[in-house]
Amino acid sequence: MPIIEVNDLRRTFGENVAVDRMTFTVEPGEVFGLLGPNGAGKTTTVRLLNGILPPSEGTARVFGFDPTTQGEDIRRKTGVLTETPALYERLSARENLEFFATLQAIPESDVSRRVDEMLEFFELAPRAKDKVETFSKGMKQRLALARALIHKPPLLFLDEPTSGLDPEAAQQVNDLIANLTSANGQTVVLATHNLFEAQRLCDRVAVMNKGKILALGSLKELARKLWPVTWVDITFHVKPKGKVADALKIHRGVIQASAEDEALAVQVENEDVIPEVVRHLVNNGASILRVNPRDYTLEDIYFALQAGEA
Amino acid sequence: MNWRSIWAIARKDLMEVRQNKAAWIPAIVLPLMFAVIMPILFSAVSQFIPAEEAQKQLGDVEMMLKNLPPAVQAIFDGLKLEQMFVIYMTAFLLAPLFLIMPLMFSSVVGADSFVGERERKTMEALLYSPTTDMELFLGKVLAAVIPAISLSWLTYLVYIVVVNVASYGLFQRIWFPLPTWWPLMFWLTPAFALLGISATVMISARVKTFMEAYQLTGSLVVIVLALVIGQVSGVLFLGVGTVFLIGTLIWVVDIVLIRIAIRNFERSSLITKL
Repeated sequence: MPIIEVNDLRRTFGENVAVDRMTFTVEPGEVFGLLGPNGAGKTTTVRLLNGILPPSEGTARVFGFDPTTQGEDIRRKTGVLTETPALYERLSARENLEFFATLQAIPESDVSRRVDEMLEFFELAPRAKDKVETFSKGMKQRLALARALIHKPPLLFLDEPTSGLDPEAAQQVNDLIANLTSANGQTVVLATHNLFEAQRLCDRVAVMNKGKILALGSLKELARKLWPVTWVDITFHVKPKGKVADALKIHRGVIQASAEDEALAVQVENEDVIPEVVRHLVNNGASILRVNPRDYTLEDIYFALQAGEA
Repeated sequence: MNWRSIWAIARKDLMEVRQNKAAWIPAIVLPLMFAVIMPILFSAVSQFIPAEEAQKQLGDVEMMLKNLPPAVQAIFDGLKLEQMFVIYMTAFLLAPLFLIMPLMFSSVVGADSFVGERERKTMEALLYSPTTDMELFLGKVLAAVIPAISLSWLTYLVYIVVVNVASYGLFQRIWFPLPTWWPLMFWLTPAFALLGISATVMISARVKTFMEAYQLTGSLVVIVLALVIGQVSGVLFLGVGTVFLIGTLIWVVDIVLIRIAIRNFERSSLITKL
């Protein structure tokens, strides 16, 4: 049963449509990305799913609860890392965590132990008593992540988790997220415009623009939807005899082929055709060094989709 | 209703206010002025100014006393002019000024709590917690009202001690507080504290910064000034009955404002203002 079910969800602010008829599900243990530029509706979606904002139309269920009427039940089981750390800068790291632990109804006798655990895990224990205003951006983000996880929520929303961080701090935060999901099997909804981050962390992504989902699926599924045919790059140790590119073109499943020096680029209808192409080349005396089906990055997919939308 | 969460919010807000000098400096200066400096000054004026000069100054007080209701004039019967002056100044004239404290304390803490939290961009994380809108609201109201009332009562206590000590040489007995002060302390002061916070909540929806909210709620002092002017001019005298009546009126206004504030205090409207 999906943890999140969203059906035809829409949210408007006056004339402005922030979320436009979104439909998707998120399965337990999945890292699901909401990918899009600023103003795509990612943060609004997170707010709608946590019952902070009511939808204008459509329905959503999170753990089976309706965010419109059962927001408190949902927020008890979710942790949210907001785009800005939203920490109490005049208070210490410990005071921040103790406050949110209390709000999350962690028993009073367990608060101190749980706070210690989080401070240790996020390597903030030596600065526990220091005011947050003295922390670096990376430390603040780690503390905000600790706050989101203080009550061990089964569902974690991360809104631009590395926004404004330098590459080192960003990598540190991403490593932490990757560890959390692999070690605890937590379900994560990651709202980001960082394509590298999304490609590294997400099992599936919803590519968004202007409140709409442009495409939804895993990287492979999205690539296949966009480019149903596959390019294969073949590098020879010993080239085959004759005009092999022309010979391949009449082969079933091969769309086109072009030879260049020691290499051959072949466009095939699907990956099943590749072994046949290799067999054909070997039968014609080729000794093959490498066969590389071309991989599409999330960046390729993202820009192709955004360009299509434009 | 989760009271643990409500107290946690109130406690956190107070910890934050403690770090905000703009919020707590007036909380020290005003009580010091009202409860310590002014009664000492009035007692000193009456006791140390040469008799002829005092007679001239105190003549005006006699004129003012004539405007008071007969029941109050009875308090002054048989007293020396210096004693009348001290009673009039410390027990009557200063009385409405004390209402500035609950009003100011609650509106300052309220401004820091409701508007300051938004200004510092910490509100969003709070809204993602499982507390209900009502719990959030109550936590923030308590954070403002409890210290406002406690500090006011503490100031009254100091004032009672200082007035009696400073004027002991003149009266040779403990004479203060007069009966009017009891409803002032326990009926009108909490009402004013609640007025400060409820007005701040209403204002907080329309302003962006702590200072804006602070300045706007400061305009509520006009109510206190009206009471002072009323008292001085003889138009309105703060006797026990009048204090009860004004208190009741303020409580009614409080209830109306709080009901409106609760209705408007929703996560969905708070989040869109961030």
